Amino acid sequence: MAQKELICIVCPLGCHLTVEIDESKEQGIKVFGNKCPRGETYANKELTAPTRMLPTTVKIKNGILNRLPVKTEAPIPKEMIFPCMAVINEVEVEAPVKIGDVVIENILGTGVNIVATRTMTAK
Amino acid sequence: MYDVAVIGAGVIGAAVARELTKYDIKVVVLERENDVSCGTTKANSAIVHAGYDAPYGSNKGKFNAWGNRIFGEVCEALNVPFDRTGSLVCAFSEEDLLTLEALKRNGELLEIPNLEIIDQAALRAIEPNISENAIAALYAPTAGITEPWELTIAYIENAMDNGAELKLNFEVKAIENKVNFYTISDGNEQIEAKYVVNAAGVYADQIYRMVCDTPEFTIAPRRGQYYLLDKSAKGHVKTVVFPCPSKAGKGTLVVPTVDGNLLIGPDSEDLDNSQKEATETTLERLDLVKQLANQLIQNIPFRENITTFAGLRAEPSTGDFIIGFSKVAGFYNLAGMKSPGLSSAPAIGVHVAEEIATVLSAQSRVGFEPNRRKRLKFEHLNDIQRQALIKENPAYGRVICRCEMITEGEIVDAIHRNCGGTTLNGIKRRVRPGAGRCQGGFCGPRVMEILARELDVEMESICQEGQASHILIGKTKSL
Amino acid sequence: MNYDIVVIGGGPAGLASAIEAHKKGVSSILVIERDRELGGILQQCIHNGFGLHIFREELTGPEYAERFIEALKAMGIEYKLDTMVLEIGEDKCIKAMNEIDGFMSIKAKAIILAMGCRERTRGAIAIPGTRPAGVFSAGTAQRYLNMEGYMVGKRVVILGSGDIGLIMARRMTLEGAKVLAVAELMPYSGGLTRNIVQCLNDFDIPLLLSHTVTEIKGKDRVSSVVVSKVDAHMKPIAGTEVEYECDTLLLSVGLIPENELSKQAGVEIDPRTSGPIVNESMETTVEGIFACGNVVHVHDLVDFVTAESNRAGANAAKYVIESRKKAFSVINTYSNEGITYIVPQYIRFENLEDKFNLFMRVKKVYHNAKMVVKADGVTIKEFKKNHMAPGEMENLVLEKSLLNESIKSLTVEVIKEVV
Repeated sequence: MAQKELICIVCPLGCHLTVEIDESKEQGIKVFGNKCPRGETYANKELTAPTRMLPTTVKIKNGILNRLPVKTEAPIPKEMIFPCMAVINEVEVEAPVKIGDVVIENILGTGVNIVATRTMTAK
Repeated sequence: MYDVAVIGAGVIGAAVARELTKYDIKVVVLERENDVSCGTTKANSAIVHAGYDAPYGSNKGKFNAWGNRIFGEVCEALNVPFDRTGSLVCAFSEEDLLTLEALKRNGELLEIPNLEIIDQAALRAIEPNISENAIAALYAPTAGITEPWELTIAYIENAMDNGAELKLNFEVKAIENKVNFYTISDGNEQIEAKYVVNAAGVYADQIYRMVCDTPEFTIAPRRGQYYLLDKSAKGHVKTVVFPCPSKAGKGTLVVPTVDGNLLIGPDSEDLDNSQKEATETTLERLDLVKQLANQLIQNIPFRENITTFAGLRAEPSTGDFIIGFSKVAGFYNLAGMKSPGLSSAPAIGVHVAEEIATVLSAQSRVGFEPNRRKRLKFEHLNDIQRQALIKENPAYGRVICRCEMITEGEIVDAIHRNCGGTTLNGIKRRVRPGAGRCQGGFCGPRVMEILARELDVEMESICQEGQASHILIGKTKSL
Repeated sequence: MNYDIVVIGGGPAGLASAIEAHKKGVSSILVIERDRELGGILQQCIHNGFGLHIFREELTGPEYAERFIEALKAMGIEYKLDTMVLEIGEDKCIKAMNEIDGFMSIKAKAIILAMGCRERTRGAIAIPGTRPAGVFSAGTAQRYLNMEGYMVGKRVVILGSGDIGLIMARRMTLEGAKVLAVAELMPYSGGLTRNIVQCLNDFDIPLLLSHTVTEIKGKDRVSSVVVSKVDAHMKPIAGTEVEYECDTLLLSVGLIPENELSKQAGVEIDPRTSGPIVNESMETTVEGIFACGNVVHVHDLVDFVTAESNRAGANAAKYVIESRKKAFSVINTYSNEGITYIVPQYIRFENLEDKFNLFMRVKKVYHNAKMVVKADGVTIKEFKKNHMAPGEMENLVLEKSLLNESIKSLTVEVIKEVV
């Protein structure tokens, strides 16, 4: 039985969670230190399939700025952050771009699009 | 072949170079840094001493008094700010009173005008924030404040307007005495000159040793650390306020700057001869400066601090300025130019130029232009002048530095003059964007854009100060 | 030029106040922005986490800004970019200029100050050492990175664990830099917990609490920084120095409301907030000059800026449209035990809506505490708080019915719950 320390990020309280992992049990984990039920849900997800939003930028040609801010439309698996960055860094779009425009479709098969987070007019 | 090579573009070398161009003399200035005014000149108290302090009969005494007398006309011609605020040396004890008397007598021998010992009430009337323990002061109305780096830039710019050459990033590595002339090399380039003026600041002894095996002096670095407070502290003192001098120097002072900031420092720390690059500040010494200043002036708003810095003074083993042809023919030393070096610079320039012109039998230069083209300071214009200026050149309508109210037009002008700025700090020294309370946080990127555009280089190649001080290391997505 | 309302600053505060003033019936509005586009600092805050209160969804900074910019444009509110206000003169005459219009005199009936804040610098905290390239305030680095597309360094130490410092640790890492550590002078982080997890822990970046940078080394470019532990009085402890080889130091050491213009206009400043003293209507001590957003006090959530700016905009509109009665019963607000400051600094009973807000910051981290509000010494309301930290602004909502015309003072204090 393994133990893991986590900090819950659901609310500003930041409960320090201790998670006991027992794979023989159906539940899989047991959570201590949470002050509300959301802590347990968080710990479960964080341990089984942690996901993160990825806000970053892509190169843009002929825009009023040199970089266009973008984000993942939905959270992606945490371990996909750097692989996705590698793909995003290779992309160059051209102004004008509208907010919400899809810059990369279904990045690395995650089912998540990379979209522009601002409108950028051409120079 | 140059007639004269001046080594070092601090205020002394710059003054000499400019005064030399009054004659038919071919001048080159060699500077190891990426800009002029990068040594002692950029980190000192920025004051023009009245001249009562240095002993009668010394070089310091002579040139300080003379320098102060002509400072106003030099600054007028070169369009450099200079304000005769007056200075106060404050006494805290009976013993200090004797020191004031002695300073006054010495000053009178040197013909320093209007020296006066004032009592506590008069002192407080001038400086309401003076320490309650100060009992009297020596008031010297001819003392003043200036901008040492701008004076240096102006001297070089005017020298170049009159035909002098400037070689930056030329660190003198070897000097060869060819009997009738010298060759000077930085390892890549070699120049020839009939005369050499050594104005190399803390390195003057090393430069001299390149031509002389038995030098008469050494130069040790003496470090001083400072606080510079925001303009919101303006008016906390109105004059240059000193404690009584000691062996370590003129003490830690509190002084207004010509730009309206408050400058506090220096301490005095003798460094090893090898520490000629040690311009870092230290926690203990900054604390000491604070403590000493608080003994002199009450309620200094240190929370308004915008930067701290340290400068190295060139402390000569002889105790006095070393000025004159050395025992090596054709090699002129200007060494040990610690305080009052800035105050003396205009006089030293005149004196050295006269001496060298005499040995060269040089005539006055026909068409010498004594005046530097005026620098427009947008902040100082009235509304009607501003309106007209923007109409004429819209770049003056775009404010780049909001703390100091500097427009794009002023920055572009500072880039394209002789001895123009090419770095972030160079622009800051010339027109002050980044010298204010945000310290370039907002305007830094804008100034870099203007530099890159005007110099036609990439943003990444813009430096903060020296040639290796790049600010950006590349583009994102390409590391 | 004449306008009913001139808004100085086109960031989140300026945008929201202009839009709200327009909604309340004033159409003659001019927004003056010194940067090249509207949106202010939000345009460089490309991370998500904005808008949870206002829009009930999680937006990035540029997305949040764009909603307001679009609304402003749809209303036809005028704005001038790349324009600097030089002075606010008497009779609310504003002197401003830009390259296109040149020098302008603009007459306003009401002014809204929304200039935001600036970052504290190395100088403000007097870090000893040399002065090489490679020392940036975090916000400046953020702009280079996110908008202009330049890397500021490869091996980075960050001083300050406020949200900007944390966010920049992640951004620099995502763009390929190595962030060696985030040092924090205080024994707790000034940033949100989720940023510590998502920006530091996710990338194994150590957070060094009760540490500070005690020396910067390097001649041309930063070559290393020395980090030391500090004692309970925040003084560095000798012997705890650790040197980090790096080329960059980012500073996230606080924000200062930018009020040079306000002071020049005669607006009185509260030394605790470094912002204008304001009343319940976000009006400063100069009649008809309002203020909102980070120029008043530094916020951690843009949503609160929007709410506050809506109030400023609505009241500026009211000021322009109605001529209000002058006599008011003034209730001063005072921060007692555990509270750093309260905004507004005073309220006028007659002008209160049914509900009103008091914004404040606590002095340290509290768990299981309560905030007690007293009117002339008598407790009128208590708020139970599980968790409070200086980095998180507290917003207390009070009812007008709890007060009356004769009350002179309102105090707030923190009381630790005895468990």
